[in-house]
Amino acid sequence: MSSTPEVYLDAASSQRLHPAARDTLIAALERGYGDPRRLHGAGRDARILLDNARAVIAECLGAQPEEVAFTASGTEAVQRGLLGLAAASGLSGIVHTAVEHSSVLHTLAWRDSPAHASVAVDGTGRVDLDALAEASRRDGVAAVAVQLANQEVGTLQPVSDVDLPRSVPLLVDAAAAVGHVVLPERWDALTASAHKWGGPAGVGVLAVRRGTGWTNPFPGDDALTADGFPNVPAALAAAAALQAVLTEREEVAARQFRMVEQIRTIAAALPDTEVVGDPVARLPHLVTFSCLYVGGDEIVAALAQRGYGVASGSACTASTLEPSHVLAAMGALTHGNVRVSLDRSTTEAQVDGFCAALTEAVAGIRARAGL
Amino acid sequence: MLELDCRDLPCPRPIIELAKALPSVVVGDLLAVVARDPAARYDVPAWCRMREQEYVGEDLADDGLPRFVVRRLS
Repeated sequence: MSSTPEVYLDAASSQRLHPAARDTLIAALERGYGDPRRLHGAGRDARILLDNARAVIAECLGAQPEEVAFTASGTEAVQRGLLGLAAASGLSGIVHTAVEHSSVLHTLAWRDSPAHASVAVDGTGRVDLDALAEASRRDGVAAVAVQLANQEVGTLQPVSDVDLPRSVPLLVDAAAAVGHVVLPERWDALTASAHKWGGPAGVGVLAVRRGTGWTNPFPGDDALTADGFPNVPAALAAAAALQAVLTEREEVAARQFRMVEQIRTIAAALPDTEVVGDPVARLPHLVTFSCLYVGGDEIVAALAQRGYGVASGSACTASTLEPSHVLAAMGALTHGNVRVSLDRSTTEAQVDGFCAALTEAVAGIRARAGL
Repeated sequence: MLELDCRDLPCPRPIIELAKALPSVVVGDLLAVVARDPAARYDVPAWCRMREQEYVGEDLADDGLPRFVVRRLS
C-alpha cells in the first residue's frame, strides 16, 4: 500500500489548525477552564483570556471589542445576526444575493416573510447592485445580507458599493474571506468562522456595530453574546490564529493567487471544461471549474485515488442530491464540478502534481462514458 | 421530435445521452431530454451554451415530468 499522504486541497471547507493556534490552545486549556462570570481566581483567569481573545479578533476585523461576540459556529453567527437585526427593526424582510451561504437561505426559510428577496448575480457570481439597491428600498425590509466572498467560486462582492437606505443595516458574511482578503470598513454586522482561517472549529464570530439595532432573537439575555458556557481556550486559539494569518497574509495570498492562476489555466485548457467565477476579483486561494460529462462524485473519487482531496458542488456529492444553488444562480454547469482551495502550506510541486492528475482523471472518466 | 428518456438516469447521464444523440438530429431540428435529475434543469442550458446549441426551453412530457428542449445549430 502506498503511504503517500493526501494533498489537502479543501481549505475552504476547513483549514488545518495554524501552528500559532495549536500552541495557544494547549496553553489556554491549562488556564482557561474556569467560568469567566465568577470572581474567583480561575474565573478571573478565564475572563482575561476571553477578553483578550475578543480584543484581538475585534482589532483584526476593524471593530471595537464590545461590538464582537463569539458563537458556536459561523452558521450560528449568521442566524443570530440576521434574526437579531430583524427583531430590532420590527420588520421581517431580508434581502440577499442569490449566492449567499446556505446558513442565510436556511435562516430565511425558517422565518418566512413576503418581504424576503433574492437578488440575481451575473455569470461571474457578482450581484446586480442596482437590483440590490431597488430591493432594499421595498416595504418591510429589515436587513440586507451580502457575503464578502463566495465560498464555492471565490468571487468577491462589491460590499463597499452597496447602496442601501440609511435605516437598513448591511450584514456582511465574511466567513470565506477573513484571513484571505482585506476586509471592508463598510458593514453594520459581520460574521465569520474560525476554522476557515486556521483556528479551531466551534468558534464563530458575530460583530454588530455600535448604534446598529440588534435584539437577541433567541432565549436568554438581550446580549450579543449567546447564553451558554463559552469555549475560552478555543476562542483564544482562534484569535492567535487570526493574528498570525494576518501577519503573513500578503505573502501567502500572493503565492496562492499565482498557483490558482495556474490551475485556472490548466483547467480552462481541458476540453469542454468551464472555469467558474471572477478571474481577478476573487479569493486568492480558491478555484472552481466544471467538466462536461463527468460526475462530481467520480472526479472527486478519481482525484482522491491519485492523492488529492478536493470538494465538489455537484448534486451527486450533496446530501440533498440538489445541485449547488450558487452554480445554478450563475448559470454554470453544475455537474462535473471541482472546487480546489489551497492552504498556507500548499507548494508549487503539489499544484503541478494536481494539474497532471486532473487531466488524467477527466480523460479517463470521459473515455469510460464513451465520449 | 426526438425525445430521450432519461427519467431514471442520474446526473450527469442525461447530458451524456444528449451529447450522444445530437448527431442523429438534422441541423435546425429539435431534440428533448426528459429527466427527473434536478441538475438537468441547469445543465441542459449550460451544455447548450458550452456546445453552442440553442436551448429552446422547458415543458412537460406526457407523464408530467420536466422536458428540456434543444435545437441543433451545428
